[in-house]
Amino acid sequence: MVNDRKELLVEHTALETGRESTERYFSGSGNAEHGDLSQIGESDTWMDKLKTMVRQNKLAAFSAVLIILMILVAVFAPVVAPYDHLEQNLAQRLQDPGMVHWLGTDELGRDVLSRIIFGARISLTIGLVPTLISMAIGTVLGMWAGFYGGKTDFIIMRLADVMLAFPSLLLAMVVMYTMGGGLVNIFIALSLVNWASTARIVRSQTLSLKEKEYVEAARSIGVKKWTIMFRHILPNCLPSLIVLFTLNIPSAILSEASLSFLGVGAQPPSASWGLMVVRGKKYLFSEPWLSIAPSAAIMIVVMAFNFLGDGLRDVLDPYLKEQ
Amino acid sequence: MVCTKTGRGFQVITKVLKRIAVSIPVLVGVVLVIFVMLRIVPGDPVTTMMGEHVNPAVIEKVSREMGLDQPLYVQFFKYIANALRGDFGTSYRLNRNVTRIILDSFPNTVKLSLLAAVVAWFIGIVAGIVAAIRQNRLLDRLFMGCALMGVSMPVFMTALVLQYLFAFKLKWFPVSGFDSFQTMILPAIVLGWNSAGSIARMTRSNLVEIMQNDFIRTARAKGLREHGVIIGHALKNAMLPVVTMMALQISSMLSGAVLTESVFGVPGIGRLAVNAIETRDMPLLQGTVIFTTVLIILGNLIADLLYNVLDPRIREGA
Repeated sequence: MVNDRKELLVEHTALETGRESTERYFSGSGNAEHGDLSQIGESDTWMDKLKTMVRQNKLAAFSAVLIILMILVAVFAPVVAPYDHLEQNLAQRLQDPGMVHWLGTDELGRDVLSRIIFGARISLTIGLVPTLISMAIGTVLGMWAGFYGGKTDFIIMRLADVMLAFPSLLLAMVVMYTMGGGLVNIFIALSLVNWASTARIVRSQTLSLKEKEYVEAARSIGVKKWTIMFRHILPNCLPSLIVLFTLNIPSAILSEASLSFLGVGAQPPSASWGLMVVRGKKYLFSEPWLSIAPSAAIMIVVMAFNFLGDGLRDVLDPYLKEQ
Repeated sequence: MVCTKTGRGFQVITKVLKRIAVSIPVLVGVVLVIFVMLRIVPGDPVTTMMGEHVNPAVIEKVSREMGLDQPLYVQFFKYIANALRGDFGTSYRLNRNVTRIILDSFPNTVKLSLLAAVVAWFIGIVAGIVAAIRQNRLLDRLFMGCALMGVSMPVFMTALVLQYLFAFKLKWFPVSGFDSFQTMILPAIVLGWNSAGSIARMTRSNLVEIMQNDFIRTARAKGLREHGVIIGHALKNAMLPVVTMMALQISSMLSGAVLTESVFGVPGIGRLAVNAIETRDMPLLQGTVIFTTVLIILGNLIADLLYNVLDPRIREGA
């Protein structure tokens, strides 16, 4: 009874503001390990939730700091890097790590540390841009399918099924085969490949959100369908979308690295980490740092985003864990 | 237990058939997507295959022989009709039947994947159980840290680190090749590593959740020893989603060992796809991608059905 009242109250507020947090529906389905999750109240603002995460999940907080640092390093790469990442110095080729070149030099005498710092630009851009594009596509299609239902839903979701059936790396390879190597084409390949999972999740949330009274109210006063979707449904999908975004970034970074490693991604002389690994592979037994250092950079970035994503999921959208 | 034995068998069969029927449009869609994608490649495929300086008349003759002069939809239906008969066309570069080439490399991928699956399941399940029992203690933290590293580490990094340590420094295994059991161990560990990580994480979180249930308290109250409670009561319930995930993983291993196979020089399906891209061999690439995607769809189907068979709640609810 009390619960019902609370529901009504929240719904009423939501009706006014058009917003409410999605996880309210799923409160109680939080996982058993994080008993302290119950501290997160419904009225908590995003700031409160982030504070809870920082307090309870030190690893996620540390990862967030690490990611901010990496973004800063990438933005200010020319200032931070000790050398120019493209400058060749054949007299200094294949130097061991030391005081002059902290991570040594590659087969063309380029400073490995500087290349990794500049490579962060590529990896982070690859992590952010195609993920944003693919999630935007997925969100619009998912809302469209969920809200309109019927034939639209059927067509979009079967298309998503087809995309999800492919092994994503192979599909990305085929796209790269069609369009040729290069960074812009990686953007396109990863955007085309990854939208389907977002579409599925957004669709399922739209299905439950569109039954809410405030959507019905909006409809009854004649608000246009697309306005309802973007003004009333989208804001309620945001917590899940933010979590998904954080968790999709590392997989995009890994995909780029894998494509470049296989020779169908970034092309030389680009300082892409995947490309550095494959070029260093030739010297694995004499100069292992050439391939291990950029691999480690990939791993650190991927882990940081995974930790942060896990942490955000626990506070913003525990329901997502169940899926 | 209301339904009779035959009644339930019938239900399962209809369910299987329904599930297969749903997969067919997906399959056609997959072929269509790949078919179209590979045909919007800039440049004429025959010119790419034979080189720029070949007489245009010859090129025209070859494309007619290969049926490339016909409209796209005719080509598509011909391709589907042939594919249904198990014929994926002829490779441009190797001048052999694509189906034969795929079937020649497939056994290597199967061997590698099965071995990798054993590695992943063993390490993943054991680590997951131990971590769940020692929840929030040192061993749990350690195992889950490793599992997270397993999930986050790029495949090629695992491969290169293991190659460096075990093949170059310790000389326990050969660096690459795929002719004896010994050569298969490193690639299998590399391929299984990621899956082991996710299996461990899943086993742990399921087990931890199940252990909070009332029937576990009852089992303990009855005086069962802790490992009896875990093995006899908790594990059975916790393993359901894990089993499904394992079925999914083996199908993705069969289809997606691209990176592992390239690093270790395993002559399997993934390597074939990479080679096809390098030599711009369109029919071979098309055949491999379609073949592996069909494997994935089949894997999903099996995982789904397995879940149905294993979980009485779903079975009865059918």
